[in-house]
Amino acid sequence: MNLGFALRLAAREGKHGARRVGVYMTSISLGVAALVSIHSFRDDVARSVQAEADALMGANARFSSSRAFPDSVRTIVDSLEQAGAEIAAVTTATSLVLAPSSGDVRLLQVRGVSGGFPFYGAVTTRPAGRWGAGIPPNVAFVDPAVLSQLRISLGDTVVVGGLRLPVEATVDDLPTDLAFQTAVGPRVHLAMETLEAAGLLTFGSLARFELFLKLPDRAARDAVAERYGDVLSATRVRYTLAEDQAQNLSNGVRFLGRFLGLVGLGALLLGGIGVASAIHVYIRERQPGVAVLRCVGADQWTVFVAYLVQAAALGLAGALLGVVIGVGVQRVLPVVLAGALPVDVTPELSWISLLAGLGVGVWVAVIFALIPLLALRDVPPLQALRRDVTPPRPTWDAIRVVAWLALAGSVVGLCVLEAPEPAIGLGFAAALAVSVGALAFTGWALARLTRRFFPGWARYPVRQGVSNLFRPRNQTISVTLAVGFGAFIVGTVVQVQANLVDDLSDSFGGGRPNVLLFDVQPDQREGIVALMPPGLEDGLEIAPLVPSRISAINGVGADVLRSDSLREDRPEPWALRREYRNTYREELGPAEELVEGLWWDDLRSGDGAPDFAGGVLPGVSLEADIAEDLRVGLGDTITWAIAGRELASVVTSIRRVDWGRLEPNFFAVLEPGSVDQAPHTLIMVARLPEAEQRAAFQRGLVERYPNVSALDFSRVQEAVEAVLNQVRQAVGFLGAFSVLAGMVVLIGALAASRAQRMREGALLKTLGARRAQIVTVLLSEYLALGTLATATGLVLAWLGAAVVMPTVFDIDFTTHFRPLLAIWLVVTGLTVVVGLMGSRRLLSRPPFEVLREAAE
Amino acid sequence: MMIVADGLEKTYASGGRPLTVLHGLDLLIERRSFVAVVGPSGSGKTTLLGLLAGLDEPTAGRVILDGQDLSALTEDQRAGFRAERVGFVFQTFHLLPTLTALENVLVPLELVGRAREARDRATGLLERVGLADRMDHYPVQLSGGEQQRVALARAFSNRPRILFADEPTGNLDVDTGATITTMLEELNREAETTLVMVTHDLQLAERAHRVVRLSRGTIAEDRPGAGVPHSVQPSP
Repeated sequence: MNLGFALRLAAREGKHGARRVGVYMTSISLGVAALVSIHSFRDDVARSVQAEADALMGANARFSSSRAFPDSVRTIVDSLEQAGAEIAAVTTATSLVLAPSSGDVRLLQVRGVSGGFPFYGAVTTRPAGRWGAGIPPNVAFVDPAVLSQLRISLGDTVVVGGLRLPVEATVDDLPTDLAFQTAVGPRVHLAMETLEAAGLLTFGSLARFELFLKLPDRAARDAVAERYGDVLSATRVRYTLAEDQAQNLSNGVRFLGRFLGLVGLGALLLGGIGVASAIHVYIRERQPGVAVLRCVGADQWTVFVAYLVQAAALGLAGALLGVVIGVGVQRVLPVVLAGALPVDVTPELSWISLLAGLGVGVWVAVIFALIPLLALRDVPPLQALRRDVTPPRPTWDAIRVVAWLALAGSVVGLCVLEAPEPAIGLGFAAALAVSVGALAFTGWALARLTRRFFPGWARYPVRQGVSNLFRPRNQTISVTLAVGFGAFIVGTVVQVQANLVDDLSDSFGGGRPNVLLFDVQPDQREGIVALMPPGLEDGLEIAPLVPSRISAINGVGADVLRSDSLREDRPEPWALRREYRNTYREELGPAEELVEGLWWDDLRSGDGAPDFAGGVLPGVSLEADIAEDLRVGLGDTITWAIAGRELASVVTSIRRVDWGRLEPNFFAVLEPGSVDQAPHTLIMVARLPEAEQRAAFQRGLVERYPNVSALDFSRVQEAVEAVLNQVRQAVGFLGAFSVLAGMVVLIGALAASRAQRMREGALLKTLGARRAQIVTVLLSEYLALGTLATATGLVLAWLGAAVVMPTVFDIDFTTHFRPLLAIWLVVTGLTVVVGLMGSRRLLSRPPFEVLREAAE
Repeated sequence: MMIVADGLEKTYASGGRPLTVLHGLDLLIERRSFVAVVGPSGSGKTTLLGLLAGLDEPTAGRVILDGQDLSALTEDQRAGFRAERVGFVFQTFHLLPTLTALENVLVPLELVGRAREARDRATGLLERVGLADRMDHYPVQLSGGEQQRVALARAFSNRPRILFADEPTGNLDVDTGATITTMLEELNREAETTLVMVTHDLQLAERAHRVVRLSRGTIAEDRPGAGVPHSVQPSP
């Protein structure tokens, strides 16, 4: 091999190559841009979060619990305080809040704050500087969203629990907040003693208790975990360090970022297919020249290296452009993903990401160019003498096998590197292979079918346009693949999202209950029923809630079971440890189905009923999955600890529960009569179809029963829809990269077949075709191409969604035609515009000039 | 007269400088005659052909084709005129690769909306050039000679009054070239078409009724050929 000559040849031919296939290389650019932007963005997030770790927690560490801290923990806190730590308490309850001036009611988070919380970061209030040394007693500070939700202004009064409080300030920025949290549940901030006075924290209320610590140094933070770990775990109090919380937060974003990275990688590999396709055409075009080179003595490898160097140089140029675009997109991502980010993200140039993007871009360009380039070795020198000599069909030699293996290995390797977990990467690579194969096959089959069944009575220019899809070197398959892949990604995301939203509406709309009341004390029951609009009381479902824990199974203590890791039938530790909210009731609920055993009436009727535990213990009906996790079946006994007393029960039936339905459902339903006297609260589920009815009902609740919390599910639905929208936007944004990459492949394909198009257009003109007829030919071609590509992508998207919905989300799939139609319109429209733009010279040049050129 | 060329001049921009290929050329061609245009490379043969057929516009002068002044027509009107009255045969065949032999022959007829009568005529022409069994083949599946025969059938499909041929045998071996020329002559005679053929091949040129030799953009020689003109009828 003559390397010097190869390099000189590459430099000389490079200009020509850049003109012919340079545009193709920009398909690499888009993929590189996606990767660089996502990688840099991930770095930005991780850096910003770690830098803000203490501010994000507002402290160095935190104790948290779902119950008031027991004395043992209080003692720890006292000793820490004596040792110089600063302590602040935050308690968060959920409660209905009423604004008397507007009459509006909302379920809000009500937070009591004491001490100097937050120790780090500045709280911004309006009017400024109100947070200062904390919140003064008997006033409320609110998140800005509260003002608009309750339609009030600063200075108005809100009713929280039993107190009327003036709203003195809004909390515009609390450094510990995550953007999406405040969007879903805006808060009212009170001084701790005000929260306590409001009477929201009664037995059974859902509240979260936190103690924030400012500790002198790192050693002190670790010492807490070491010294008090046992006490904390025994009392179910969590101890979290600020760094760990930050790590968790950035892990979440990193995970999302890695998924987005996979979408970006998809765009890059698509670009790879574009490159392979371009090189294939370029090589075919250069064959006569290559034959001459071979004639005058250049060996196979010299020629091969000359063209490989060209491909690499073009790949480098494409990747460089991609890096530049990527740095721009990096600044857009924080805006697109604002809702999902824990902190303000400042973009910074990440050299590692830039270099990685550059390297991956060049590598993908070279590895995809390799296989078509190998065909250069087969160009016979004889072709210089006789153009009609066809090269021998490429055979499978060792080098070709290695090239294919390198390609497959690179794709799999990149997927694994990019994915959050290797298994996901392998899965993604497999899915990519399947979808590319399916796209190519569907494109091929659809094209064949179109050709075969396209109506013969269609006007000639239309038929000519459609048959142009089969023009040699037209790369219909690769364009279909590239454009179709974009449509596939966007189509799948849209279908899945539309189905999820449907399911939400099914769960919360129709005749389903939409208001959930909890923390209802038994003596408040009648009064609340009386608050319901007349005629709707019948739809009210009421279930008692008995907080219980498992103390023993079949007589063996829960502690023993938990610690005995050698036991074969050892229940899942979490199932033993958790707090159960059991109920008792006469009938099976509407979302329940008995799968084993007997319900109470059959059980006690005596006729042939099994005699569980001699019939002396009260029965309990378990949900099927929890029974499995507890390793119990019919006839086993479970002893419950309920408010300091023990109650033994025997499993008499197993139920399957549809948890997706908004009904009061429970893991364990106890036989009526067994726990009626135990302390319990009630939950109530009602359906109030009208927004005004819900508002009036909630107002009544706040005024008379301030301890009761009511959840309006239409709000939850809105919030979940908002989150779904955000995710769809993020994935859709990167999906658009694939569509764009597809367009670039199309532009490249147009450039590659330009000479032939020009020649055909000129020929048609020569034969007497008018401008309008030629435009019709072009329009038909791109309309057919766009439709073919989009249809291919959308058919797969539809199939994909139809498989994903029931298997992953457990939701019946319904087709949403309108978004599919919209995608078809947009992508096909783009294809037509790009195609016509790329062919406009065909219309303007005199036919003779073109035919002369072609003859030369 | 079927073709009147009056003071034709054509100047191209070549490498940034003007290059005049034809210098005020005058030429009259009678109906149903067979004229061969010969000359060395660069003498302006193909340029002349392009101008006569209205595929390009002269820098100066005009062309009257079958009584129609081409300079008075827009490009679209010229295309319509060609579709109705002109046929072409090219050196490099120029078949549409995405269409079968039959479909290629149909194109000129379909462009003018005469699809109904088209199929029979196209089939007949392909049979006439001996390709009855290759109608559904695509150009890549045909040999050079076969492709040129399809091009011949296409050229005659719209019953043109004038046929332009640009080196029709230039890419063919001697025997095939001879066959094609014979077919061209026969079809021309049967259809009573005026035939203008550009060629390098002096032997082929001698078969024409008249030989026009170009040199450096002007007519260097204009003499009768060995071909026998078919009966000349009075012009309308």
